[in-house]
This record gives sequence, C-alpha cells and structure tokens, in this order.
Amino acid sequence: MSKIHVTTTVNGDAVEFLCDARETLLDVLRDRLNLTGAKEGCGTGDCGACSVTLDGRLVCSCLVLGAEAEGREIATVEGMANGEELHPLQQKFIEYAALQCGICTPGILVATKALLERNPDPTETEVRYWLAGNLCRCTGYDKIIRAVMDTAADMREAS
Amino acid sequence: MALDEYKPQTGKAMLEGEGRSFKQVGTSPDRPDGVDKVTGRARFGADVTAPGMLHAAIVRSPHAHARILKIDTSAAEALDGVKAVVTRADFATGLTGEMWNILENVMADKTALYDGHAVAAVAATSALIARDAAKLVKVEYEVLPHVTDVDAAMATGAPVIREGAADASVPPGLHPNVVRYHESGRGDVEAGFAEADLVIEDHFRTEATHQGYIEPHACLAQMGGDGKGELWCCTQGHWNVQKICAALLGTEQSALRVTASEIGGGFGGKTTVFIEPVALALSRKTSRPVKLVMSRSEVFRATGPTASTSMDVKVGMKKDGTITAMQGTFRLQGGAFPGAPADMTAMCAFAPYNVANLKQVGYDVMSNRPKQAAYRAPGSPMAAFATESVIDELCNQLGLDPIEVRLKNASREGTRASYGPKFQRIGLVETLEAAKAHPHYSAPLKPGQGRGVSCGFWFNFGGETSVSLALSEDGSAQLMVGTPDIGGSRASMALMAAEELGIPYENVRVTIADTASLGYNEVSHGSRVTYASGLATIQAARDAVRKLCGRAAAKWGIPEDAVKWENGCAVPSGPNAGDFDPLPIAEITASMGATGGPIVGHFEATPEGAGVSFATHIVDAEVDPETGKTAVVRYTVVQDAGKAIHPTYVEGQFQGGAAQGIGWALNEEYIYGEDGRLQNAVFLDYRIPVASDLPMIDTVIVEVPNPGHPYGVRGVGETSICPPLAAIANAVSAAAGVRLHELPMSPPRILEALERQRGG
Repeated sequence: MSKIHVTTTVNGDAVEFLCDARETLLDVLRDRLNLTGAKEGCGTGDCGACSVTLDGRLVCSCLVLGAEAEGREIATVEGMANGEELHPLQQKFIEYAALQCGICTPGILVATKALLERNPDPTETEVRYWLAGNLCRCTGYDKIIRAVMDTAADMREAS
Repeated sequence: MALDEYKPQTGKAMLEGEGRSFKQVGTSPDRPDGVDKVTGRARFGADVTAPGMLHAAIVRSPHAHARILKIDTSAAEALDGVKAVVTRADFATGLTGEMWNILENVMADKTALYDGHAVAAVAATSALIARDAAKLVKVEYEVLPHVTDVDAAMATGAPVIREGAADASVPPGLHPNVVRYHESGRGDVEAGFAEADLVIEDHFRTEATHQGYIEPHACLAQMGGDGKGELWCCTQGHWNVQKICAALLGTEQSALRVTASEIGGGFGGKTTVFIEPVALALSRKTSRPVKLVMSRSEVFRATGPTASTSMDVKVGMKKDGTITAMQGTFRLQGGAFPGAPADMTAMCAFAPYNVANLKQVGYDVMSNRPKQAAYRAPGSPMAAFATESVIDELCNQLGLDPIEVRLKNASREGTRASYGPKFQRIGLVETLEAAKAHPHYSAPLKPGQGRGVSCGFWFNFGGETSVSLALSEDGSAQLMVGTPDIGGSRASMALMAAEELGIPYENVRVTIADTASLGYNEVSHGSRVTYASGLATIQAARDAVRKLCGRAAAKWGIPEDAVKWENGCAVPSGPNAGDFDPLPIAEITASMGATGGPIVGHFEATPEGAGVSFATHIVDAEVDPETGKTAVVRYTVVQDAGKAIHPTYVEGQFQGGAAQGIGWALNEEYIYGEDGRLQNAVFLDYRIPVASDLPMIDTVIVEVPNPGHPYGVRGVGETSICPPLAAIANAVSAAAGVRLHELPMSPPRILEALERQRGG
C-alpha cells in the first residue's frame, strides 16, 4: 500500500513524513517524528492525553489523521518550554504537585495553555468544564485547578 | 465547594511526631522528575523503541465462555510483514498454582473463560499489519453457557467455570465456583443481637469497577535464542514481572532483566502481568524486539477490574449508641480464577469498631469475567459501604450523631482488632475528633442536600525491600530503590536520605533500579513504598553515615564510636569533643578512594511494622429528584498519615482516593449483556470522574506516629478509597430520603429508589 507524503510544521519546525492513510496524527507524532509527549490513553477522543493544537485549535490527535496535517501548524507539549525556561503552567504544575503519575500532564498542559490564550481570566467552573475532556485518575483535579487558576493570575499580573 | 470559598485552616488536629524535629522531612519540595513530566520527556511504557522492532497484537475471545476447537493461523502468517504467531503452545508447561492461573489468563489453553480472553498473538513489521493479521487468525469456538453475576454463579445449576478449583477452606455442599471460604469472629453474635435495642440487617451490592489508569499496559521485549532477555514495561513491580515471565517462558529469573518505565497510574492494576510474557514469546520466536501496547478496550476487557459483591450486614445497637454485635456475609466474584479478596473484605468490614461479638464470612466465587486485580485496598471499600451504611441507618433511627457513635465504639491502641491481633498505636479516634471539629461537619446544608460520614480501614504492608545508596566524590548521593514511583515517591525517598545525611534534598538523585541492580523488591502495593522503601532508605543512609564516621575516626585516630554525625559533618564527641574541626561529607568522600574505597550504604530486609491506617470522610451530596443525578458539593478527607514526609503528595493521595471513590459510588460499573460481553469498554461509556464532576477536596493530615517506622510513617495510598463509597451513600440517602443499597448510585438507580419509596 503506497504511503502519503505530508509536509507540515510541528512546534515551529518544518517536517516531512510518509504515513499510511489509516495512521492518526498521534501515531505520526509518536512513531514517525519521535515526539512521544502526547500519549494514547484511549484512542477514541475520550481522555485528552493526546491533546495538541492544530492551527491553534485544541484537538485530540488520536481523532485526526496524519494526512490531515498537510500544510497545518501543530503544537505539542514538547514546544511549550522556551529552551530551559519552562512555561509558567509547567512551572506551577510542578510547584503545586498537580501531577502524580504524569501521564495526563502533557495533554492537560496543552489544553490549559489553549484555554488561557482564549480566556486569561477563567472562573474555576470555566477551568473545570474546559478540562472535562482531559481525564486524570490520580489527583482528583484539585491541585490541577489550583495550579491553573494561580498561573492565570500570575500571567495577568505579568502582562 | 468552590476554590474561593476555602479559608486556611488553623489549629490543625495534628499531633507532634515523637519529639524529633526534622529539617527537610515534612516540607514539600518540587519532585525530582517534575521537569521530565511536564515537558513530555519522561519515558512511559509505550514511549520506547528498539532497532529492528516488531509490533504485536493479541487475538481475543468474543465469547464469555467457549471451548477452543481449532486455531488456524495460516492466513495471518501468509500476510506480508507478519513474522510470527504464538498460541498457548509457545509457553511453558507443567505450571501449578497461581503461576498456572496467570498463564491461563495471559493465553487461553482449551477454553476461553471471558469476553476478551487472549487466545493468540501476532508480531509484524508495523502495528497496522499486526492488527490486520490478528483479524485473520481463525478461531473455531464451541460456545458454552456462561455466568457473570456473583449470586447466580453460586446458585445450584450455574455453569461450572472449572472443576476442582476450590481449596480445602470451602465447606462441602457449595457450588464448585466457590473456590475459597473465610470465616472469623469472636463472642456470641446471637447473644449480642439480643442485647441490642435495635438490630438492622440489610443487603448490599457493588458492581465491578476498573482501576482506570490512563496509561494502557505497554512493554518492549527482547529475547534471543540463548534464552537471555530484556524487558521494559510499565509495572508496579518489576521483580514480580521477572519472576512470572521467567516461569511462563520456562527460563531462569536471572536470564531476564526487567526495567520499570515511568508508570502512568496503576492503583493495584499493574501488580501482575498480562502482555509481557506474550511479547517475550513473540520476541523469542522471531529473535527481534517486540513492542506490545494494549488498546483501552483491551484494558477494560482483559485486565483486572475489581471484584463485584453481594453482601449482607447485620448490626445491633443500644439506645446509647453502643454496638453489641456485628455480622456480615461477603460474596465476591473475581472472574474466572480464584483470588477475589473475600477474606480481606471480611477482615476489614468491622475493623474500626471495638465490639465483643463478631462474625464475618467471605466467599470467593469464580465467574466468566476477567481475573480481578488489586485496586487500592482491595475489598475494604465495599465492606465499608455495607457496614457504614447500616451504622448510619442505626444512627438515624436512634437519633444519634454518627461521629459520636463511631467515637463511642472506636478501635484504639490495645483494642483487639476484628480480624484478630491487638492494635498498636492507631489514629482512628484522632481522625474522628478532627472530623468533628472541622467546619465542614457543622456547616448548614441547603435544601436537597444530605451529609454522610464514614470511617475506613486498611492494613498496609511491608514486604521485601532492598535499597542501595552510593556517595559521589563531591558528597552528593545516588539512591537506588526498587519500588516503581507511582505518585511522587522519589521525592519522599530523597527527603529521607537528605535528612539522614544532612545534605540538601537536591543533592540526592533517586533512581528506580532494574532487576539486575538490586536485591528483590516486592511490588509497589499495600501502601508500602514510603513505609518500607523509606525505612530502607533511612537505614541505608545510616549505614553510609557509619562508614563516613569510620573514615573520620581513622583520620583523627580516635575510636569510631567517638564520632557522631551532625548537619552533614563528622564531629568528634564524648571525651574527644572539640578536639577536631567538623569534617564535612564532601571532604570525606573526596578522598574515599584512598581511605578505604567507595562508600555505599545498603539495607535489605522484610520490614513488618507497617502501621495500619484509618480515615474519616465527610461528604455533602445534592440529589436532583427529577433526573436522579447526584452532585458532590463538598468533600473532606481526614486521614492518619503517621508522619507526612512530603505533605503535598500525602494530600494528593487523599484527594485521589476520594475522587476514585466518588466515581465508584456514583457512575463507574462493568455492564455485561445477556451474551456475557462487556458493553462499556471505552471511557465514553465507562465514565470516570472528570474535572467538572468534582468539588475541591479538602484534606486534614492527622499524624499519629507508627511505631514500626523510624519517623512514624504509615502508608497513605489505599485507606483514602475505603470510606468514600459509604460516606457518599450515606449523603445520597440523606439527600434523597431513601436508603441506597446498590452501587453505583447512577441516576436510573436513584430514580428507581425514589419511585419505590413513593409506592410506584
């Protein structure tokens, strides 16, 4: 079966790959581009562990085909930090112990970054509903919500 | 309750540790693996590859119970890119006991025992080809009658899962599906019930739930024709994986080196193996590395959920709240193998109470479901649901305060536990007092809301533990432990090592060593890691300190016992006090090569002083009588941690257990169709709590030191899931005005109960 040639941008870098028509964007990121930060928790768009942005829009990369990445801009957790300098959300998640096992963390960070870009001053309820598509089994979300609210406040102050 | 309604708590119900003041223990520094985890760099089970790697897929039974007549692999093998197919014939023969059970679960032999049971596996050059090939494996089945319900599986005429599986504990006359029996107690329950002013007996049921870790099982196996192998996998215990895989493949344990990846949640469900022996068998057959990753539906269908239960509990109480007798019958189905924790359910059921007359009976029952696996305090949450519901009902009918009644009957130091031994120092009363004093307990409720409380108990565990601590030339330390870090334990270990050595927390690097690098380490389960690996870390650090003091003594020419260790320095003491300047650790280690060689501290033991643990939870729930939907509006966890090494991660364990309990109580359940197939094997249909379902979860850390640990640590991971089912059921029953007896209390069940009460 012949493969599809795709040219795209991932975290600002120009990227080319060949993929099977059935491969998802998540498969391509993980298996062809070695970007294993996005995780497959379900493969059905229910857990959010594979969250990335596609032209700035938050998506489950397991529900996007690799071939659909043609000409698009993809951002993953690997692109969040600026060199050694962590994104304020990354820093605050560590400080607040907003992760236990850490498997959901990349998806939750990508999702909350997308939230704060749209809404720099969310209420707790808005954060909870925005993150309702990102499952965390360890924390009960308490420390995640606190970390997000506090990061948002810091970022508002800094801007 | 919302975040902005919280005010800082003052006057916490915390007891002082045993007089020791800590410099680092009890603080909450950033975890050592924090940056890896927030940048996507951390390597979990599915995140590694190897040159020449193949991908595998497993063929699974679509039937709940079926004889396997024939497996035709020819079409699969003929597909381009397919390198090997394995069946049961590719595994060891002659196994017995639990090893046979595990093999039978990993790969069916003559009979498929549940929907999702593995029957063959394929390795191919890509994951897509492997999946296509798996569909080409033709299996001929003869479908057999099946049973998935615990009561039905015990009834006369139920299909027999396997003749001869029962052990000697089972009394004669029971169905062959009853494979273990437990009975314990004391006193005379009938006399106790006769003394009571009110006796309530009720029947309760809980459905099976899944641990629901977000990371599916994944591994990368390499095994050559020489029988030597390497395995990378997400597991709670890689020595256990080594032992099981060696047995199932018929090789010696040391031939197989197992490395634990970062683990994306386990909660007990990653304490055994499901796919690792299959990947190894495929690798052995192809002489190539093989990666095997489960899909989510495979995780639901074929890895360990909990047992489901059917329970009867009877409690007698006097008007003043004194409990006179408690009796319980606990029936658990644990899938197609022995091992449902009926004994632990029975032993935990009445542990919080000091009662003279007790009887507890447990039945371990087989059915056509996947082999149950541990899930956080296995058995205890269900037992608490039944017991604490009956106690709540007694309090309601006698007009008594539920915390006062629990305090009146509470187990204390010296109480003979319901399961036999005398309790050493325990903190149940302290958790109840702290709950009573918490503002949550006296806060007003709104219309439609109800409040529930419950206690919970778990044994905790020690287990084989081996730790090594090597000092570097610059005085920093490298700690190797053998217990996979499932919730931030590397931070706790580094804190304890730093405390003993008197060096900064950041100067301790903690590594989870592979099976070739340390002695046997029992699985990360039983809330044992901070207790047992922590104890071993402290002792290994003390061993290193003794050696450091020895080097200083030799340098100064004074006896070793005349040197003490203070703030990271060797200091002369006794008659030699003040004779020499303190010698910092980095000066000793800088010259260690010339003064006797590398300095390494060790500790190997099976510590048995894991202190038991109690918690009290308070929940407010609001029930919508039109839809039957429940909202948990406020939640407070009060639990005895003995000594909180890293308090923020202790809170995290409390909150995580409570959240999982909320899911179990309200939503989560295995739903089987009449065909015996699992109907909700995806997260959309098996709904675990999401952020918008939950309130903030308040925590109070009580510290009643465990005499079995140098700092007083008690494990905290499991007890937090023991009270929620009952506490929520009590809150929902109060809010709805009708007692709920079955979990989950999903909207249809609540509407049914309301309808029944209205006489519908």
